[in-house]
Amino acid sequence: MTRRLADSKAVGVLVAKLAAAIGRHNRQVKNLALVGIKRRGVPLARRLAAGMRAGRKARVPVGAVDITLYRDDLQMVAEAPIVRGSEIGFDINGKTLVLVDDVIFTGRTIRAAVSELLDYGRPEAIQLAVLVDRGHRELPIQPDFAAKVIKTERTDIVDIFLKETDGRDEITLTRT
Amino acid sequence: MKLRSRHLLGIEGLDRSEILTILDQARTFREVLDRTIPIVPALRGRTVVNLFFESSTRTATSFSLAASRLSCGCVNFSKATSSVSKGETLLDTARNIEAMGVDGIIIRHQSPGAPHFLSRHVKAFVVNAGDGAHEHPTQALLDAHTLREKLGSLDGKRVLIVGDIAHSRVARSNLLCFTKLGAKVAVCGPPTMIPPDVEQYGCKVFYRLDRILHEVDVVNMLRVQQERITSSSFPTVREYRALYGLTVERLEKLAPEVVVTHPGPVNWGVEMDFDVAEFSRALVLPQVTNGVAVRMAVLFLLAGGDAQADKAG
Repeated sequence: MTRRLADSKAVGVLVAKLAAAIGRHNRQVKNLALVGIKRRGVPLARRLAAGMRAGRKARVPVGAVDITLYRDDLQMVAEAPIVRGSEIGFDINGKTLVLVDDVIFTGRTIRAAVSELLDYGRPEAIQLAVLVDRGHRELPIQPDFAAKVIKTERTDIVDIFLKETDGRDEITLTRT
Repeated sequence: MKLRSRHLLGIEGLDRSEILTILDQARTFREVLDRTIPIVPALRGRTVVNLFFESSTRTATSFSLAASRLSCGCVNFSKATSSVSKGETLLDTARNIEAMGVDGIIIRHQSPGAPHFLSRHVKAFVVNAGDGAHEHPTQALLDAHTLREKLGSLDGKRVLIVGDIAHSRVARSNLLCFTKLGAKVAVCGPPTMIPPDVEQYGCKVFYRLDRILHEVDVVNMLRVQQERITSSSFPTVREYRALYGLTVERLEKLAPEVVVTHPGPVNWGVEMDFDVAEFSRALVLPQVTNGVAVRMAVLFLLAGGDAQADKAG
């Protein structure tokens, strides 16, 4: 059974809310950059950067990480997964980074992304922003900014669709 | 994503899409090498062995580096310091090393087919790092990667392989690889160094370098392998250079976009003038850098994922 939790308009409101929260919190921070986690964290990070432009003098740079090579279950999957590659076009040393993903669930993806970022240099700080927090963490990791918190069963599936990757903006919950 | 075989024994066993899979992955691994800490944890806990029965600097080093960039352990075996001198056979050596718990064996051997033989008798995955005059698949892949980086695609490109085609495993692997990627390949060398059946690979044969050189997009020079030439294949080194060497004069006559590759080590002054190295179109050093990325891709595709699940399936 699939239920729609947010339509296109509601997703737009959530993104705007998230951008405002990140901007407010980092008002004094000059060296701010966003890093999206592939795949859906990347278009989300771009939208957040665009949403934050109004209140800031300088453009906020956006990078992308692919966490495949840092997954903790690589030894368990049946075959080597596709590595899409990371693209961080700026020096992260001394920057305040906001890591962006669409959903946080177990926290393992975020752990992998943080490990990867630290191999690019030593940022001043790393914050975490997600569109949806669906609970059921397996690691001690919490988002600094979550636009929407959803109560779910462990086996539920939360799907986020974004125009850039899926042709529409929508959030759904499927109970199995 | 998966290759059909658990091993990389030659370009012969790969189809076009498998070659492109490896090359596309190599592109993402190339980026890893430019990071502040150029190591990813992808193959943590895995170990491979470099089993080299022939001397090598760049290939063995390149495989060790590729493994370490993936957090994969790598032990080096060389014939000189091993029990091979006590009469141990290839299979015994490999089985003993495997019994110590390695996941993959990277083998270079003077006998064609040695990696294929090994792959039928060990559980570890096997990578051919050069077997006699037969194949050297990772060299072909890194050459293809370097050319793709420079030219975009090999489709329709005219590639000339120059030198000792008969004794060269690089020539065979490159010929197969470039052809599968859509390039039009021609070979050129003294008649004594062109194998009689080479046209079966779909390439044209030229015996005079100056007749074909101005018609190609890529010049792939080969090393004159003094250690493999038993009979006298050409009269003198000076004559070879005059007829088949890539001299500065020849290079300067080529169109500016033509690129030059060489698998190394170069016999400077024989197949290539020393000053050729100064030209940015000579890709010898980029080839070496790309070799690490390509070998990372190969190791990741063969060792990534669960070997046990693979065997069950």
